[in-house]
Amino acid sequence: MDRRVFLQSLAIPCLAARAAESDARFTVEARFYEKLPYKKIKCKLCPRECVIDDRERGYCGVRENRGGAYYSLVHSRVCAAHVDPVEKKPLFHFLPGTMAFSVATAGCNVNCKMCQNWDISQVRPEQVSSTFLPPKTLAGLARQNQCPSIAYTYSEPIVFYEYVLDSAEAGRAEGVKSVVISGGYIQEQPLQELCRRVDAIKIDLKAFSEKFYKEVVNGELKPVLNSLLTLRKQGVWNEIVYLVIPTLNDSDAEFRSLAGWVKSELGPDVPLHFSRFHPEYLLKNLPPTPLATLERAKAICDAEGLHYVYLGNVPGHPAENTWCPKCRRVVVERAGFTVRALHLDGGKCQFCHQTIPGIWGKASRV
Amino acid sequence: MQPSAVTSRRNLLKACLAAPWQALPAEGKSKVVIARDAQLRGTGGSIDSSRLLRILDRAVQSLHNCDSPEDAWRRVVRPGEVIGLKVNCLAGRGASTSVPLVEAICERLQQAGVSPKNIVIWDRLNRDLESAGFRVSSRADRIRYLGNDAAGYENDLAVYGEAGSLVSTTLTRVCDGVINLPVLKDHGIVGVTMALKNMFGAIHNPNKYHTNAGDPYVADVNMFAEIRQKVRLTICDAITAQYEGGPSYMPQWAWPYNGLLVARDPVALDHTGWQILERKRAEKGMKPLRELQREPRYIATAADAVHRLGTNDPKRIELAEV
Repeated sequence: MDRRVFLQSLAIPCLAARAAESDARFTVEARFYEKLPYKKIKCKLCPRECVIDDRERGYCGVRENRGGAYYSLVHSRVCAAHVDPVEKKPLFHFLPGTMAFSVATAGCNVNCKMCQNWDISQVRPEQVSSTFLPPKTLAGLARQNQCPSIAYTYSEPIVFYEYVLDSAEAGRAEGVKSVVISGGYIQEQPLQELCRRVDAIKIDLKAFSEKFYKEVVNGELKPVLNSLLTLRKQGVWNEIVYLVIPTLNDSDAEFRSLAGWVKSELGPDVPLHFSRFHPEYLLKNLPPTPLATLERAKAICDAEGLHYVYLGNVPGHPAENTWCPKCRRVVVERAGFTVRALHLDGGKCQFCHQTIPGIWGKASRV
Repeated sequence: MQPSAVTSRRNLLKACLAAPWQALPAEGKSKVVIARDAQLRGTGGSIDSSRLLRILDRAVQSLHNCDSPEDAWRRVVRPGEVIGLKVNCLAGRGASTSVPLVEAICERLQQAGVSPKNIVIWDRLNRDLESAGFRVSSRADRIRYLGNDAAGYENDLAVYGEAGSLVSTTLTRVCDGVINLPVLKDHGIVGVTMALKNMFGAIHNPNKYHTNAGDPYVADVNMFAEIRQKVRLTICDAITAQYEGGPSYMPQWAWPYNGLLVARDPVALDHTGWQILERKRAEKGMKPLRELQREPRYIATAADAVHRLGTNDPKRIELAEV
């Protein structure tokens, strides 16, 4: 059984019912678009700004022009649902040791050649099995499963934006937080609104060069950096993941530029995760990232003065732990996605009382 | 990324092995036949089926230098084969492959020995087929009409250059050969849509490949072995053509061209059709597509030394008007 089949088999059994394409339950008018002459529309959700003819869809494949009005076809149309450790997102400074009820719909607004979940992100909603999971039901399921948060993840939550907003609201009513795992390729206005509804946003920063974004992601770097600045201004908790791909985004110069930008624009306390690449989708010709490359990236960012630089997909590595930047002791000890020890009191280091930024709570899996 | 930089050994081998049907003669020309009939429409604008059949025959016979339609079609299909007709139906009635043209082709296919049950009319969605006037049916004893949404896609990706897609099982598993039936029309993003672009209807993710005016994606998708090995002939429906506002049907920019473009070389056909649309745009005082940043550069890419899907060199295109 390969990874893809395994993941599919993990999906909640009730997802088996294939949703009919025309099912009105999943269709809501899009929040951000502009009407144009001749029944065309311009999508204003992501920087791509697709201009879409009647009966056509945008780049994401999940939003459709119907007679000059624009609709999301994936509201409550969940194609993957799992209970995951929040560390798997990864979010290391957000309720560590807790589980996140994690959901996705089909679709994505970029096309990364290294996508691990291309079989849901790069398809149209009618091409995968889905189930109807409206916001209140989702929030209820999160509570039933002892998940203090809902994670919108796996594919690209920006393309199921309306569902995220509604579910985050339903979650808040149930005392359940919301976290978004995104590539950050979104326009400022919808992002600002998102920030008001959710509690944390993790951004996959794919590289620190426009060239990479153009050739490997089919997107742009600048809007993603703008999104990170918006998150900073809005004060929503943010962590960054950078998937290190051999030969494509692993130079010292790129790591240094990244670290310098993060420190100067976002501050030294933003957690930055360097994650190990595995060959997948359209990038099967490259090897997994050598550990030494990840350690080099961390060393460069540490030297630049970032306080929380982690390594991911390397279980057991000391760089999975959170170290107090003042006394240099471990305040959150991890092994893979498991939190083994928490040495925090009210968000402060137990040893030296240094404030560790993040959203902390009572861990359920220590 | 340049196509040459991502041509893998696998793709190179696939390209070498593919396309027994549509490969160009090394030194020869690609023939594009344009058949027109000013009287194609009867009173009220409806298509005269018998006249349509005659221009279809003229075109296919001219392409194959045959004296009879049966002989010409036997150069395309063999008895017992399952033949797919890849129509273009996204735009609904008006700017989709017309039903009378499909009926005329089905008639000739049957005369060439293809039984009705072995003819499959297909496109992306059942919904699109129906909106264009086809009645969706998968009865095994009749001509079948089948959307990819009902038939499904392969599980493994077809990959070439910048494109990676799941290909329709109608193409890969059902059909022995495919006749491509696009429409001569403008496309608001990639410039024009005809033979090459119509193959976006064979993949699961066409929405991913419209950026950069479809270049090199349209060419790359047509390099998939699954497509190259199956498509034998293109009959472009130019009964009603559209020079602006496509791919949706915009009657204000449509005109009765009253013709068909027929070729085995999809690149030569697309280049020829593109020039027809540009001439019409000029006649109407509209800017050329290049000035609108939607010149269909993918046509040149399809003709380049890496893809070699056909020729866009006017000196190597033999244009026959019949």
